[in-house]
Amino acid sequence: MGRKIRVLIAKPGLDGHDRGAKVVARALRDAGFEVIYTGLRQTPEMIAEAALQEDVDVVGLSILSGAHMTLLPRVVEELRKRGLDDVLVIAGGIIPEEDVPALKAAGIREVFGPGTSTEAIVRFICDHFGIRPEDLKAAGEPVAP
Amino acid sequence: MGDPIALFERARAGDRRALARMLSLLEEGGEAAARLSAHLFPYTGNAYVIGITGPPGSGKSTLVNALARAYRERGETVGIIAVDPTSPFTGGALLGDRIRMQDVAMDPGVFIRSMATRGSLGGLARATQEVLRALDAVGFQRILVETVGAGQVEVDIARAADTVVVVQAPGLGDDIQAIKAGILEIADILVVNKADREGAAATLHILRSMLSLGQPAVIRHHGQTMAIQRVEPATEGWTPPILQTVALSGQGIPELVEAIERHRVYLEQSGEGEARRRRRVAEELAARVRERLWARIAQRVGRARLDGLVDQLMRREIDFSTAVEQLLEGLG
Repeated sequence: MGRKIRVLIAKPGLDGHDRGAKVVARALRDAGFEVIYTGLRQTPEMIAEAALQEDVDVVGLSILSGAHMTLLPRVVEELRKRGLDDVLVIAGGIIPEEDVPALKAAGIREVFGPGTSTEAIVRFICDHFGIRPEDLKAAGEPVAP
Repeated sequence: MGDPIALFERARAGDRRALARMLSLLEEGGEAAARLSAHLFPYTGNAYVIGITGPPGSGKSTLVNALARAYRERGETVGIIAVDPTSPFTGGALLGDRIRMQDVAMDPGVFIRSMATRGSLGGLARATQEVLRALDAVGFQRILVETVGAGQVEVDIARAADTVVVVQAPGLGDDIQAIKAGILEIADILVVNKADREGAAATLHILRSMLSLGQPAVIRHHGQTMAIQRVEPATEGWTPPILQTVALSGQGIPELVEAIERHRVYLEQSGEGEARRRRRVAEELAARVRERLWARIAQRVGRARLDGLVDQLMRREIDFSTAVEQLLEGLG
């Protein structure tokens, strides 16, 4: 069976727009990731707890509420509190360019703005783990009884 | 990842991160997983396992959430395994059951793990059993296993539970879906969820008829009139009760908890529980031997020769018995 890359897609905060998160979740599934989607209105604690229980490799945060400067660093903080320092944290949504450096300094490894292709996200995750996108797709399983 | 045995000791002491890692390890399989599995086996056999299955849209996850809450109120710890299919085309999966389990997501007495069906069919049933036993071994008292009641494997996973709850809901398109799915046979308890919705009475009527509790029903399906087949109960001497719930509001949940409890007592007193567990162990043993044996044969004869045999079968040059004999030659 081997190791599958598991990704948690979560929406911190109170905005109710989950289209972007769902598009990314589906695209990552289609790329061959195991995606855990937790839905709307997640607190940083809930996101970190889900990341812990699901033992994910990546946490993708979608945020459009404008509260990214407070919420995103708090997710990283909650992850670290639980010993999940090695989890790759990325974000997407409506995030102004000038906020990106501060977010990166807070531990968000990359920020994907509107118009980012899903391929770019897949490529970024693959590069991080040193694999090629085509390696994600499970090769034909040996026939089993 | 650390030594698997140390991981288990930490998980048993309440380290949830260690538990999560352990479950990944078991899911991946391999030598370390086998060592871990062997080590934790003596600690298993204490949890009560409830399988929850039914068609998509019947509200299984919401029902699991409600059940977990009910058990937490009784002071019991709950492990949850939510199984969703892996795409056969990409190997990826979208696991969304947690969305409906938010009430218990932050509860330290609850641990939720989503699992994708991944590759081979036998592998899934095994991986689920391994994860289940791990939750059992670290001390969870109730384990809820949720699967879509669509394929044989999902049914097999649910069947490995002590009590199997089959969930239906009105308005899932075609009421006869229940029959098509072929999952009623494994039900110890039937639940009509979303019972506040239109059509609940009809769904209830069909299920009752199938369980020989009422008048034989005649329904229309694809414009044809047909009688409903009657289903034998999954457990000898136990008639599956049909309950109505509205999982979202909690309506009917105390009755469901009560029915599960009655089934547990029945299994214990009748000896059926012991028989079921024994059957399950025997089945898993056989399945694992089959899996290992096949892997050994496949490795020994090699892909090319296997493909060659399949080609010969396709051309009807040999028959299955002959092919099997050839594969087993020299295995001793």
